[in-house]
Amino acid sequence: MGNVPTTVKHCLSYEQLIEDYPWLRRWLQEDKTITGHAYPEFVKIVEVGPRDGLQNEKEIVPTGVKIQLIDMLSGTGLSVIEATSFVSSKWVPQMADHTDVLRGIQKASNVQYPVLTPNLQGFQDAVAAGATEVAVFGSASETFSKKNINCSVDESMLRFEEVINAAKKRQIPVRGYVSCALGCPHEGHIEPSKVAEVAKRLYEMGCYEISLGDTIGIGTPGSMLKMLQRVMKDVPINALAVHCHDTYGQALPNILTALQMGVSVVDSAVAGLGGCPYARGSSGNVSTEDVLYMLHGMGIETGVNIAKVIEAGSFICSALSRKTNSKVAQARSTACCDESL
Amino acid sequence: MGNVPTTVKHCLSYEQLIEDYPWLRRWLQEDKEIVPTGVKIQLIDMLSGTGLSVIEATSFVSSKWVPQMADHTDVLRGIQKASNVQYPVLTPNLQGFQDAVAAGATEVAVFGSASETFSKKNINCSVDESMLRFEEVINAAKKRQIPVRGYVSCALGCPHEGHIEPSKVAEVAKRLYEMGCYEISLGDTIGIGTPGSMLKMLQRVMKDVPINALAVHCHDTYGQALPNILTALQMGVSVVDSAVAGLGGCPYARGSSGNVSTEDVLYMLHGMGIETGVNIAKVIEAGSFICSALSRKTNSKVAQARSTACCDESL
Repeated sequence: MGNVPTTVKHCLSYEQLIEDYPWLRRWLQEDKTITGHAYPEFVKIVEVGPRDGLQNEKEIVPTGVKIQLIDMLSGTGLSVIEATSFVSSKWVPQMADHTDVLRGIQKASNVQYPVLTPNLQGFQDAVAAGATEVAVFGSASETFSKKNINCSVDESMLRFEEVINAAKKRQIPVRGYVSCALGCPHEGHIEPSKVAEVAKRLYEMGCYEISLGDTIGIGTPGSMLKMLQRVMKDVPINALAVHCHDTYGQALPNILTALQMGVSVVDSAVAGLGGCPYARGSSGNVSTEDVLYMLHGMGIETGVNIAKVIEAGSFICSALSRKTNSKVAQARSTACCDESL
Repeated sequence: MGNVPTTVKHCLSYEQLIEDYPWLRRWLQEDKEIVPTGVKIQLIDMLSGTGLSVIEATSFVSSKWVPQMADHTDVLRGIQKASNVQYPVLTPNLQGFQDAVAAGATEVAVFGSASETFSKKNINCSVDESMLRFEEVINAAKKRQIPVRGYVSCALGCPHEGHIEPSKVAEVAKRLYEMGCYEISLGDTIGIGTPGSMLKMLQRVMKDVPINALAVHCHDTYGQALPNILTALQMGVSVVDSAVAGLGGCPYARGSSGNVSTEDVLYMLHGMGIETGVNIAKVIEAGSFICSALSRKTNSKVAQARSTACCDESL
């Protein structure tokens, strides 16, 4: 054990040893410590396929198919499944059946089904339909906010404040999203301080968790690190989540970086549903299967059964007549060796 | 179908055929069309102008085993060799090495395996027997001052044996290094590794081979190549193998991707402020050329996004 004196070995506890000789932790190469980083033991996956995923699919998906997808996901071990969006059907026709979907799913007792509520009207409709958790969608980019939801960031915060206050009265938790956290399709580079400012406002208004979204997937471990370092000064790490898009293939290394920073909540979509509206034909959401494969391979618990997620992904891809975006699902369907799972 | 007797064709199932004749799998997997020599030369010439310092040009393996590489001599003689670029070629044995030298090769590579079964099925001999062949190549190369790169396949798992002990990877890597290979590329042949297994494997191998002599060759079959490469970089590895446009599928998972794409690796490295000396736009161009020539889509997400994106913040 190198320089550790014999008397110390006998007298001190392991914890005291580590405290007095920090080099010892690295030397002992504790299992969960990789390359000097400590990874979370458990990561919560927030499944956004039925909402963020389907929202970006071209064909209107029948209500029955959406319900069946959510019901299949409810049996995988996922604890959060974003079910639908109470936004005007004029803006997002794919989500017009929000009430029928929320009422039609078989809600598992250990699963949350948050729904998007962009304003007070949407919130009230969601509550009437049985919603017990909602989400609001802010942006770190002024231009994206104006083009996407037709108002400035400040104006959107006023709308969200109404939603959050109404939700507080009913003890309904609210999750906050910050889009364009690593770049904007219109403005390009987004300052980490702007991301922090919006995240902080949502958190202080009452959102229990803030999901930081790389909306166009242009981030890399470099920009993810800088953004998180800045945001973590204003929002506690255990209230942060990452929502990475895989448009440039960077989602998994970006998620790995976030985990190394202490983030333990990751958004993903079964089968990588949902393309990128800003790069036609390119992928959008990172696929849940690929995220699970990485996490499980690192010994990180998720409580999710990857084989069942692959099954759900296979169902929805068949229903949509499209190929999966998940490399794990694709490999599993043709592989001659099953070492991996 | 080469050497397969007619009776076997009629009697055996496809799976049995593949089991008995592993070369058949590769033959069926590789693009059914043999890529014209001129196209290969043009691809390499385009890559020579991107800033890449090493471009693996061809393989001096018997054309009976790998018909795609039958034109190895013409390719090596036909390319315009840039002065600041190395063009290593695979040389599985002494005969291949001699042919490579005659064709003008100035760097060669040998391909070992951490899995006994993979070695037997892939190159028809045990790991020990392959080391004897490689030793002949390395000794002959030393006499001519030709550097030799060593590969260790199945470093994170084998399609036949499954889990591969990191100590076995270290043993093979060490042998190749001590025989005289200047660099050892550790290959995740079926792409099943994750940051967890990459870490454990590298920790073990680094005890026997200096970190600056190690490279990683990650496959993206399960989408894990970039996080695995990131892990390797964090361990101190600074040499990464990749393929333009992510060329080359996985013979063990039909339809799935194989090599990680150079464009996607560059995008990540440059985004992290890591220098490579490579111009990503030129690599995308070379990728576009070869995909067009092969009538196939790129496997690079960066190339795909760049061709349709409405914003060009990323590059």
